[in-house]
Amino acid sequence: MTMRVEVTVNGRQRSVDIEPHHTLLEMLRDDLALTGTKECCLVGECGACTVIVDGESVDSCLMLGVEASGAAITTVEGLAAGDRLDPLQEAFLETGAAQCGFCIPGQLVSARALLHGVPHPTRAEIEEGLAGNLCRCAGYEQIMEAVELAAKRGAAAREPHSSRVATDVASIPDAQVAPQ
Amino acid sequence: MRAFAYERPDRLADALALMAVGDGSARPLAGGTDLLIRIRDGSIRPVTVIDVKGIAEFSRDIRVDDGWLRIGARTTMTDLMRDERIRRDYVALAEAAAYVGSVQIRNRATLAGNICNASPAADTAPALLVYGARVVAVGKGGRRTIPLDEFFVRSGVTTMLPGELVEAIEMPLPSGRRGAVHARRTRRRGHDLASVTLAVAIDPDGVTRLSYGSVGPRPVLVTDETGVLADPGASDDARRERLETLFVDASPSPTSMRATPGYRLAMLQVMGLRAVAAAQERAAS
Repeated sequence: MTMRVEVTVNGRQRSVDIEPHHTLLEMLRDDLALTGTKECCLVGECGACTVIVDGESVDSCLMLGVEASGAAITTVEGLAAGDRLDPLQEAFLETGAAQCGFCIPGQLVSARALLHGVPHPTRAEIEEGLAGNLCRCAGYEQIMEAVELAAKRGAAAREPHSSRVATDVASIPDAQVAPQ
Repeated sequence: MRAFAYERPDRLADALALMAVGDGSARPLAGGTDLLIRIRDGSIRPVTVIDVKGIAEFSRDIRVDDGWLRIGARTTMTDLMRDERIRRDYVALAEAAAYVGSVQIRNRATLAGNICNASPAADTAPALLVYGARVVAVGKGGRRTIPLDEFFVRSGVTTMLPGELVEAIEMPLPSGRRGAVHARRTRRRGHDLASVTLAVAIDPDGVTRLSYGSVGPRPVLVTDETGVLADPGASDDARRERLETLFVDASPSPTSMRATPGYRLAMLQVMGLRAVAAAQERAAS
């Protein structure tokens, strides 16, 4: 039996009838045709399906569509403003961060959530902020550079949809007693 | 994913009634980061999934309540990491929460879900154990508190009764300055589960509580009342000897793919010594 879900996706009010066992990822891709968000591991390890829900980045494969009822969601399609790319997208292009490109929507969305909470992250904060996004082409270096570049250009000011601060692991004292 | 009915009750009584309906397969949904994976892989087949996020009693907050710090059932790992009081007075728990999964996982995963899943490798379990945490469980018979050390049985099994739900996790307020630390050994930083996880808390009165996980069917809590582990002047040999006695209950699985028993036991010693030194430093600072 389907359920009615009212959500705001990339600033636009949407109403969807979905099966309760369908994930937010399925709702975005299959019902709303927003296929920028990628399906990959389906166990919350790769981050290809990352979207921002009420200001916090989540793996949309591990959230039911019905759980998003009433939420404001930002997907990769919501980063650009019309023809104007998000500074993160510009930076990803400039540094050659996209290799095969499959992980890039998730990387961009995670980076967007990170910069909103920490406008000028350290390298360690970028690494931690994007630790939930795997790149099988191993383009990590260029991805990190892109986030640094975007941050330098003040990319944090752009996000219209989120409000919460990102997680700042680096500020917890001595978080690593064990060898990693 | 296999189909199920979805309920999102606003009232606790309705949630408990729903838990009791049918064949006992109903599952509560909080963060979903474990539950949805297990439904998808077919290891559980609930007829009904009960989303508890609409229930006022299952709050997403951290507050003081009658000498205890109460963490509501909907509180996420990210919430724990951000909370000033947790970072100040329960730093080992903040550190443990920071090790869970990734940002995306921590934004959804709840503390209550982490302990109900009862993984021997649960990142938050050792920290909660050394802080003397208890679980507030609610069922048709009413509310009860379960000391966390009496909560874990083995992987996936707790002493919760059928139909019971976790409403909150509580830790006693600190009685004075203590030194505590969380330590973890894993194959790589990121999503990997812990090969060894450990927490140490040294109380102002010289009692040291130590908890270790991922080296047996459930996390273990032990106490050092001799003062050796709290004594900054104690020799490494004395500490090592004391730790060996305390680690006697470690029995790592020989079939685990993450690490061999020998490696885990060796790492437990190394991490124990480092963690005790770090906890002493914090107690003194």
